Amino acid sequence: MERPDHVRHTERGEPVTMLEAIREALWEEMERDPDVFLIGEDIGIYGGAFKVTDGFLDAFGENRVVDTPISEAGFTGAAAGAAHMGLRPVVEMQFMDFVSCAYEPLTNYIATSRWRMAGPQPLVIRGPVGGGVRGGPFHSQNPEMAFFHTPGLKIVYPSTARDAKGLLKSAIRDEDPVLFFEHKKLYRAPFLREVLPREEYVVPLGQARVAREGTDISIVTYGNMVHESRKAADLLADEGIDVEILDLRSLMPLDEEAILASVRKTNRLLVVHEDTRTGGMAGEIAMRVSEKAFEWLDAPMLRVTALDTPVPYSPPLEDYFLPQVDDILEACRYLKAY
Amino acid sequence: MAEQAEAEAVEGEEGAPGKESLLELYYWLQMTREVERVLASLYRQNKVIGGLYRSLGQEAGAVGTAYALRRRSDGRGDVMSPAIRDLGAMLMMGAAPADIMKQYMAKGDGPTGGRETNVHFSDYDQGYVGLISHLGVMVGVMAGVALSFKLRGEDRVAVVYSGDGMTSTGAFHEGFNLAAVQRLPLVVVVENNGYAYSTPTSQQTAAASFVDKAEGYGVRGEQTDGNDVLAVWFAMRRAVDHARIGGGPTLLELMTYRRLGHAEHDPQKYVPAGELEEWAGRDPVERYQTWLLGEGGFAEPELDQVRSRVEREVDEARSIAEESPMPEPGSGIDGVYTDQPGWVPWTRRGRKDPHEA
Repeated sequence: MERPDHVRHTERGEPVTMLEAIREALWEEMERDPDVFLIGEDIGIYGGAFKVTDGFLDAFGENRVVDTPISEAGFTGAAAGAAHMGLRPVVEMQFMDFVSCAYEPLTNYIATSRWRMAGPQPLVIRGPVGGGVRGGPFHSQNPEMAFFHTPGLKIVYPSTARDAKGLLKSAIRDEDPVLFFEHKKLYRAPFLREVLPREEYVVPLGQARVAREGTDISIVTYGNMVHESRKAADLLADEGIDVEILDLRSLMPLDEEAILASVRKTNRLLVVHEDTRTGGMAGEIAMRVSEKAFEWLDAPMLRVTALDTPVPYSPPLEDYFLPQVDDILEACRYLKAY
Repeated sequence: MAEQAEAEAVEGEEGAPGKESLLELYYWLQMTREVERVLASLYRQNKVIGGLYRSLGQEAGAVGTAYALRRRSDGRGDVMSPAIRDLGAMLMMGAAPADIMKQYMAKGDGPTGGRETNVHFSDYDQGYVGLISHLGVMVGVMAGVALSFKLRGEDRVAVVYSGDGMTSTGAFHEGFNLAAVQRLPLVVVVENNGYAYSTPTSQQTAAASFVDKAEGYGVRGEQTDGNDVLAVWFAMRRAVDHARIGGGPTLLELMTYRRLGHAEHDPQKYVPAGELEEWAGRDPVERYQTWLLGEGGFAEPELDQVRSRVEREVDEARSIAEESPMPEPGSGIDGVYTDQPGWVPWTRRGRKDPHEA
């Protein structure tokens, strides 16, 4: 099959955005495995709200690129049924905010299926998440923790183009259901454009990545906050504070060993996430560090998160809601001085 | 019974009910009733761990519909997902009576090892997909099963059973609408048995009948007497044929009645006086038996033989289920993920140290 130009950047040695990396991963997996198919709203003729699946319908046909009625619960359930029959569905949520409509099939049916001995559910639910794009309360959410609590689901949240491609391929090949979170602010971010390896590669689920090595403080984070943390780390370096940044990449499975290793090295922990505070990822991470590495800590574990409100629309409100570089700076200075 | 005449009329045609088929239907009706009778006895002995959901008075729906399916055990036949009162259909697809009893008794060597309950278990080779308790989700799931048949160009049909109550859920609508738009080979069997737990059908829908909804979805609809096993079989055969040739879904409404409470604990005091007696007079098993002995041309000993066989088989199943072990307490931790070990808290481990939490 002749690939169209917009999925040949890597082949030609050209840099790609995170969105293009995701598109390449989907395309290559569809080429590799006839059991992989796409299902979701407006993904066919329109090519998806963010154009991730642009051109797929023409290339793969309507049996493998299934446009659906507005029915997140319906088509997520259908993905489960197709997975029972040996297919590998990749479901697009137009915005991950709408995954709440599919909470029921995901948490009750899909997540429990393997454990209930009703068979594996090798499917992926992917879509755009995150704020900072003035999307308002229903196009900006980070719903990872609604699913983190459910045994049986895996959760992946990449921060770079390279990881996005490699992790999505792993997610599609995984035997378990994977929620794949794509930060929409990173989709076309120019600073994330990079040349990817021409040869095939995957990034395994459940392995964190040291995004910046440091000795004074461990920032454990994921998604867009990896980049905000890096901005803070660069500024802190001028103050003589050497920050290590651990990009979790997968929230479930959680790379506990990588977190503990970093904490044992720096003795100080700051968790940064764009999600709201209460019931957020930071709580689970801090508890695990408390259980297993309390003796290594020289300071209380801290967190920088969004506020405990819905995501506001207006720029001043949203900026106030979201964790900012200044928050990370403040927290790191406090930790260093403690 | 117009359909009975039809049964005779089509006899001799390919796929028509020969003597063997008629007797087989009788066997499955009796089997369903006998398995449930034994389950009720086990329930009264406190050997059933949770609730017991019976289909007394509506067995013909499950049996007649399942009889129209391609029942195979090689993973290439039709695939169905039962509602809670479709034990008969589960048995016909290949679920063993002993396994159903083990499920109800939460035994360790049952199909889910004690993790799940009653008819909540699956076998894709036999062609059944266990439901979960959240009603409606199976319509979407079975639409997906049907979607896989379409995608692969397979000549197979998916069936999802629904009570009257399930039709009210959003998931039912989303799944059905998706199947209708995609013209998937799906049959949605709505068993209208008058009650969803205590809620009468009149409080479940303002529609005159459930089959009316077929028109709204743009699919084929048919309503039939759910207590006439032959009528059910023929109606289902039409629905399945329609799906198999690419005609898309059918909503098949079976008019029947739930003669027992929602579960064994429910004394169904909400049922108006006289209703139960009225429907006891329309018992699908007795009705079919009468027909077999009359127009069907069967002799009493032939049916006796079937009943003895059923009793013997169910009795054996009961022994197997009763003798089988309960699960080991720690046997439920594995299998949440394919590649992640089950987690055991440090307080349950030999070396009591939270560092190994």
